[in-house]
Amino acid sequence: MADLRINLAGIKSPNPFWLASAPPTNSGYQVQRAFEAGWGGAVWKTLGEPILNVTSRFAAVSYNGQRVAGFNNIELITDRPLEVNLKEIYETKKRFPDHAIIVSLMVEPKQEKWHEIVKKVEDVGVDGLELNFGCPHGMAERGMGSASGQVPELVEKQTYWVKEVARTPVIVKLTPNITDITVTAEAAARGGADAISMINTINSLAGVDLDSWNTVPHVGGKGAHGGYCGPAVKPIALNMVAECARNPLFNVPISGIGGISNWQDAAEFILMGATGVQVCTAAMHHGFSIVEDMIDGLNNYLDDKGIASVMDLVGRTVPRYSDWGNLDLNYKIVAEINNDVCINCNKCHIACEDTSHQCIDLYSESGRPMLKVREEDCVGCNLCSIVCPVDGAITMVERKSNIAPMTWNERQSLISNFAR
Amino acid sequence: MVPIQENAMTEQLKRNFVEMNSRMTKNEALEEANRCLYCYDAPCITACPTSIQIPNFIKKIASGNMKGSAMTIMEANPIGASCARVCPTEELCEGACVLNASTKPIKIGHLQRYTTDWAMESDVELFKKGESNGQKVAIVGAGPAGLSAARELSRLGYGVTIFEAEAKAGGLGNYGIVSFRLPNDVVDWEVEQIVKLGVDIKTNTAVGVDISVEEILAQYDSVILAVGMGAVPNLGIEGEELAGVHDAIEFVKQTKMGLLTEDLVGKRVAVIGAGNTAIDGATCAVRLGAEQVEILYRRTEKEMTAYQFEYEFAKQDGVAFKWLTAPKKIIGDKAGKVVALECVKMKLGEAGADGRQRPEIIEGSDFVIEVDAVIKAIGQTRFVSLIEAFGLEHTHGVVDIDETTMQTSNKKVFACGDVVFGNGQGEAMVVTAAQQGKDAAYVIHEHLRKPSEIA
Repeated sequence: MADLRINLAGIKSPNPFWLASAPPTNSGYQVQRAFEAGWGGAVWKTLGEPILNVTSRFAAVSYNGQRVAGFNNIELITDRPLEVNLKEIYETKKRFPDHAIIVSLMVEPKQEKWHEIVKKVEDVGVDGLELNFGCPHGMAERGMGSASGQVPELVEKQTYWVKEVARTPVIVKLTPNITDITVTAEAAARGGADAISMINTINSLAGVDLDSWNTVPHVGGKGAHGGYCGPAVKPIALNMVAECARNPLFNVPISGIGGISNWQDAAEFILMGATGVQVCTAAMHHGFSIVEDMIDGLNNYLDDKGIASVMDLVGRTVPRYSDWGNLDLNYKIVAEINNDVCINCNKCHIACEDTSHQCIDLYSESGRPMLKVREEDCVGCNLCSIVCPVDGAITMVERKSNIAPMTWNERQSLISNFAR
Repeated sequence: MVPIQENAMTEQLKRNFVEMNSRMTKNEALEEANRCLYCYDAPCITACPTSIQIPNFIKKIASGNMKGSAMTIMEANPIGASCARVCPTEELCEGACVLNASTKPIKIGHLQRYTTDWAMESDVELFKKGESNGQKVAIVGAGPAGLSAARELSRLGYGVTIFEAEAKAGGLGNYGIVSFRLPNDVVDWEVEQIVKLGVDIKTNTAVGVDISVEEILAQYDSVILAVGMGAVPNLGIEGEELAGVHDAIEFVKQTKMGLLTEDLVGKRVAVIGAGNTAIDGATCAVRLGAEQVEILYRRTEKEMTAYQFEYEFAKQDGVAFKWLTAPKKIIGDKAGKVVALECVKMKLGEAGADGRQRPEIIEGSDFVIEVDAVIKAIGQTRFVSLIEAFGLEHTHGVVDIDETTMQTSNKKVFACGDVVFGNGQGEAMVVTAAQQGKDAAYVIHEHLRKPSEIA
């Protein structure tokens, strides 16, 4: 039984699975149900000045019948009175002292506003704060959320104001709606952030109704961009986490967010440098009970790998992530097709023929269709193995090169040496 | 058989003949459609005698392009709604599906039915008549082959007239395939699609009786003979004239025409033969309320010609099989009604000319089974007199054709469907007939347009 406890900048939690600040953490009732189900922590839905919400609010993207491949929302921060939230936070923490309760906050970019809310929230007893600099819709139009999260100076300054009064660890939640997330991550660190969390949602429009021509979702025939999350955003989030984790100028822990749906996704984020993860869409799709397999699966995975504590997994893949210029130009893999396993859907052939490097031959051997890779033309792009529907039919195998490894950067520096 | 009054039993019998398979729900169809791999050079297309672009019609279900899906199916197969129900898919498209090797094959037949049901209900116009080229083609027989040929010829601009001896067009679909597999409204819809293209179908018009062969040959530029096959031949034993002895084809036809009688309720029925028609006869008898239905076959399970799924289906219906058993004499009572069947046990001997072991009588093995009805299903006779009226060469009633041109010994007369099936030539599937009908249309088009092009 591996140790799943985490310590993220001093915030302790029985496991790395937190609910992200979002509809699932809107009330004490919900957060308590989540803790009963096994969630290690919860980031309370963002508190701030009272707002009004609209209906409808959510939309999702289905792909080939798979529902909620991506999820879009135009809901704002909490629409319940601050006092009610604070009372419920107090009660929840009292009932679940060992679970982490982090409260998400968003106020106008003014020092006194931040001081006021931080004090009020910390007075009821919380384990940490998360500054919402990421929400891309509604609040951004009022200069909050991603509007301030897109300006590094505002991120730094507001973090600093919070740190002036905060007694608990401060996590800064970053928006992905920016060219280089490491810039705002560094700004947060300069402001004194104890940790950062990422990503918030990505600006999005889920779709257009082809009959009514309304946007999806729409409010009385009018739409506005929302925030995108769910499985579809995982690769974007994973890269952003990794870019921050490998940034030498930056050294605070990361709470990973973005399309995490199971223990495997969580393990990937942890390997890429996240100390813990936050989940929303998967819980909204299936309910709180999904955490059972997350915990169980991660535990079994760690046991299988002989790793005693999940904290020992954090960042293990980060050193293997670099810039393109540091990749070995002489490394070679090629596709190999096992015709005994192949079911002859021929998807690899047509994918290669139409859209890649025309190196998979389709031929007939005593009446049986066969596929063969012409290795000399194969560039090792992986496309065939990606489209192959059968495990084990196509393997990408390494072909040892006689040439010593050389990266683009090494090559360029060699060339410039010659030029001298 | 006398139609009886509407009562509880009739209602029950009617229910017995309602289509068995239910349509996929939208969710089921989408889930299944999304499971299709969209293979390149898909083997299901090759396995389909009409070469329906199966992955395409399935992807169109998934994308919500139902009209396109229906077009894809019906373009390749003018009787695609019938085939969705009656094709031996395990032997064809689904049998070829690559997913047989990894999970389970796509339910292509069910998906095809989902789409064609949509087409039937939405009443969209799928095809248009071609611009008239002034030439006329006569088709004899409005079954799968004749209808398919008519559809294609009409789209190519020919004036098409079909001569059909029965009261309704549809052939096997409306008269031969059991209702619980293929309801008549499906066939009627397919016929309607073809009539909408301007094809003139003259029903109740038997060629050689109501219109002469000479008249047809004189009035049309080309003729397609697509008359299929006829009644079940005689067993050649005593007692065939007794009341209660049925021809399986005629027996099924009565049920297709809605003439469900109570005559067999609680009765014992023997079916002679073990092909697909025998299964049809047996399962119809079960549905007409027969208490005991036995199929008698002079060979064994191994040699029976019924599809495996038909065999399984009959067994599930409670049909019993007596292998190596041949009828010897049908015994009647004084009123001339069947009361028993005298049989003899057989054994398999040396292989015959067709490679199959010949059944041989085991002397002294006679036995009698008490039955109230006997259904004969030992194959079908040929419309030899009609074939000869056209002056066509044939081999035991199977019209001889040039395989490439589909021309008979009269170059103006083409033949397709069951009329050319037999003697080791072709397949007796509905879907094959549909393809042959299409092919006949194309070769006629090739044949008729040549002179004008040269000119």
